[in-house]
Amino acid sequence: MNIMKRSGRVALLATGLAAAIGFTAGAATAAETVVMAVPTFLTGAGAPAFGVPARNGAEVIIEAINKGTLPAPYDKSGKGLAGRQIEALIYDESGGGVKQVAEFRNKVQKQGVDLFVGYISSGTCAAITPVAEELKMLTIFPICGTPRIFEEINTTPKYVFRTMGHATADGVAEALYVKANMADVKGYTGINQNYAWGQDSWRDFDLAMKQLMPAVPASDKAQWPKIFSGQYGAEISALMLSEEPLVHSSLWGGDLEAFIFQGSARGLFRKKKLLFSVADTSVYRLGKKVPTGVILGARGPYGIFAANVDTPLNNWFRKVYIDRYSTPPVGGSYQAAQGVLAAKFAYDKAAAANGGKFPSTDQVIAALEGATYQGIAAEVHMNRSNGHQAATIHQIGILEWDKDAGEPIMTKVATFPADCVMPPPGVNGTEWLKGGMKGAKC
Amino acid sequence: MRHIDKTVVGLTIAFLALLFADFFMAEWMRFIGLQSLARGTVALGLLVLWRTGLVSFGHALYFGFGAYAAAMLTLLGYHDAFFLVFAGTLIAGLLAFLLGFLLRRYRAIFFALLNMAFSMILYGVIVKTEALGSTDGFSVLAPTFLGYAPEGEAVQTTLFLFTLVFTYLITLGVHLYLKTTLGGMSMAVRENEIRVEYLGYSAEKVIHFKYVLSGLVAGFGGAIMALAIGQVDPDSMANWTVSGEFVFITILSGIGNVAATFVGALVFELIRTYAFEYAPQFWQFILGGSLLAIIMFLPDGIWSVLSRLRKAEKAPSP
Amino acid sequence: MLTLIAILVDGLIYSSYLFMVAVGLTVIFGVMKILNVTHGSFYAFGAYMSATLVGIYYQTDLPEFGGFLAIFGAALVVGLFFGVVLERGLLRFLYHRDEHTIVLATFAMFLVLEDVLLMIWGTDPYYATEPMGLLGFIDYEALSYDLYRLSFIALAIVVGLGLWLGLTRTKWGKILLAVIFDREISQAMGINVTVVFLVTFVIGSILGALGGAYIAPTISVSPGIGVEVIVLAFAVVVIGGMGSIPGAMIGSLLVGISRAAAVHKFPEIELFVIYAIMAAVLAFRPEGLFAPAQARKI
Repeated sequence: MNIMKRSGRVALLATGLAAAIGFTAGAATAAETVVMAVPTFLTGAGAPAFGVPARNGAEVIIEAINKGTLPAPYDKSGKGLAGRQIEALIYDESGGGVKQVAEFRNKVQKQGVDLFVGYISSGTCAAITPVAEELKMLTIFPICGTPRIFEEINTTPKYVFRTMGHATADGVAEALYVKANMADVKGYTGINQNYAWGQDSWRDFDLAMKQLMPAVPASDKAQWPKIFSGQYGAEISALMLSEEPLVHSSLWGGDLEAFIFQGSARGLFRKKKLLFSVADTSVYRLGKKVPTGVILGARGPYGIFAANVDTPLNNWFRKVYIDRYSTPPVGGSYQAAQGVLAAKFAYDKAAAANGGKFPSTDQVIAALEGATYQGIAAEVHMNRSNGHQAATIHQIGILEWDKDAGEPIMTKVATFPADCVMPPPGVNGTEWLKGGMKGAKC
Repeated sequence: MRHIDKTVVGLTIAFLALLFADFFMAEWMRFIGLQSLARGTVALGLLVLWRTGLVSFGHALYFGFGAYAAAMLTLLGYHDAFFLVFAGTLIAGLLAFLLGFLLRRYRAIFFALLNMAFSMILYGVIVKTEALGSTDGFSVLAPTFLGYAPEGEAVQTTLFLFTLVFTYLITLGVHLYLKTTLGGMSMAVRENEIRVEYLGYSAEKVIHFKYVLSGLVAGFGGAIMALAIGQVDPDSMANWTVSGEFVFITILSGIGNVAATFVGALVFELIRTYAFEYAPQFWQFILGGSLLAIIMFLPDGIWSVLSRLRKAEKAPSP
Repeated sequence: MLTLIAILVDGLIYSSYLFMVAVGLTVIFGVMKILNVTHGSFYAFGAYMSATLVGIYYQTDLPEFGGFLAIFGAALVVGLFFGVVLERGLLRFLYHRDEHTIVLATFAMFLVLEDVLLMIWGTDPYYATEPMGLLGFIDYEALSYDLYRLSFIALAIVVGLGLWLGLTRTKWGKILLAVIFDREISQAMGINVTVVFLVTFVIGSILGALGGAYIAPTISVSPGIGVEVIVLAFAVVVIGGMGSIPGAMIGSLLVGISRAAAVHKFPEIELFVIYAIMAAVLAFRPEGLFAPAQARKI
């Protein structure tokens, strides 16, 4: 008896605890709402640059969808997603892919989520893709950049969508811009963080340059600081001593800002031409501290590039966003908003095709596959990777400071059509670049 | 039968109950259970070391090594769970064997920190290796089981079963080992190493053996984790914070009983899951706060609560 | 030649940065045998406080160079507050426990403080670049250096010398050495170890916060800066020998100069420099370059 009692202790704890929670907590969702999980960086280094602006952008759109206050072309489709209110679950993307996969399962199986619109880091997206497909969960990635999602991890996606162009487009657009505006450039070097995003960014830019300007040499001493290192003294000296006049950089967030402070203090931006591929995230925040005359991208027609896009949707978005958060929306805000709009568009279209009744997930997917819808700043064409990968126009320009308005502005903006910077449907980005970018329509 | 080992009986009952529960558990719970088994196994290795007075702040090294070894084998076309997990375990054990020659000479905080230093080197190597996806890591296809290739929910169910069986065997093995003379030497080494040597045992060899054991089980946990998640990446597999979590679990569990590590791992997962759910921006606060509370108020881990309850039960009321 | 000069200057600046980041950790470890993970929080709080105070300072009409007072003030405030609160409120209850538990407690505290930081300052970054602009820069052929980051070197020398003199030339230093050598005997000889521990922890905290506060003007003070520092400081301390101040200095110099050389000559391997040096030191002298001898317990 005593033995049973004591050994029961082991058994009781191990199973009892597990079972009690496991069996009782079921997924209870009200039938009349759509539960949308919005994972984004709320803590850590990714929060100020991408996570929080993305959350803000998503919040503005979700609220407007629920109230039915979106302007044209979404003003006629009523409140909510196909008539149902969105219940948003915003949570933290920090902690790496493994933790996020666990969290994804929790949200689906425990909290009864209907769809995901989120994820910023390429690493998380790569980890989530197989699970989303396994659990048959509609998942829209609004931001993450790696082309591997649909080129390697899942080439025939059914439930996973990405509503912005992938990183290959950045490299190509940047190289095209350099070719058009700096035809006599003597060479280029780079400073990119030594992790997946930095490595990919440099590789794509370098490959595109080798195709477009084969005579221009690349430095063999491109800089690879560790991510979040924050001190760039030696790198700045090395760039100053290098012969190449053009410097490519995909730094973002705190690293970018530290690099700008330390570079400005030493006159780096007067000596070299810098090309920042995602610097728009910091432009408004830095205000007068921005280095002027640098080439700037925002991974598409977002943020500062959309400042003067005069459509009802964009004017409304900027106004509501600025009123609410007292800062203009940046790239992440636009991209997240664009992702939420994809859901709005797809649910409403699917409901219309379903005779006004609330659509099934399969019907929503069918509605979004291959569709073209209106994002905040530009049209989004879901025409790559079986209709699951978006392509949009891409823009690059030169950053200047507008003294009269007291704000940074983009000048000499070049706009590239989607088919010019994105590989054609079914073609692998790296191979496309190496093969001379065949089929690009510029 | 003069003596029945209560822990063995208890473990067996828990094993059978979980085996049965596997087919009824909510999916998310099974997933948490799977992770708890994987992390609990790593903590089991730490428990073995801890009994000798040694704590490693770097077992993410073996966890990550096992995970990446298994994951890389899938890239080479091997998909059988038995092979992958066996290989991951063995490779991590081999590394522990090699590093053990160096580490067995160190004690106390130096041992802890040297382990951490080695784990950071692995982290650096992975981040630098573009072929392994750098910080993004890469995904691991669902495994097969001796030719059986489950799909959908069956993948997790089978994997849970697989993990459960092996975890049960490992835990039993470790438990029985701790009861042998060599295993019992743990406390002796902790209390007074030099006396152990006068008794004719080599303290360094005792430690080395335990170190390899802990490396093996950490590799096992890592390989299981890679298959369960379907993804490996350095931040969640090899970073120093991961090592910290393992020590967290060990402290949470206490070193009283091998079964405690799994309860500790489960409690850890649950705290994290619920903190994430109810305080999305402040989950670290809750996690850190619970850990502090346990260190301050439950110095011997959750297992001690049960021991106290048991004592209270036994004491005859006056 | 120019590259050589650049390597030397960049290396010295980076070494000083490393030393400032690591010295607080090494002081606490040397005396108390505690690996203080909360060190990362001290650094972060120091940086945030410095950015805030500097920001406030430059909104007033006070003399420009007073901004430096704001920086040192921030370090002092943060270090004193957290040093006293943590030592008295948490650590002293744990001294009788084993050292791993204490490390884990500081790890837990670090997690808590990371979120407290978010609660106080939010996720938006803070900038305090004014002091950096104040000092200007010097040109040398194709190179130019800003004086603010050059002043890292001066600060590191002052801090290092101060600690060294304090340890070897004062009565307090001797008491400290006695406690480091044998805690129990010192206590028996009438040294108030409780006070020694409190003072050491506070000094370590102030040094940690000073690192953050002084570096703040050169960076974007934003979430996550504390985590990075822990790893860096830890590596330097392991290389130099845990708990040794000259060790931390040599460790910083070794890593700093090698890193600068890598950046200028082989940028591909920059990430590895620190790990490679750590691995080499560990393989040949695992107790670190300057580790104090350990007595074996019988």
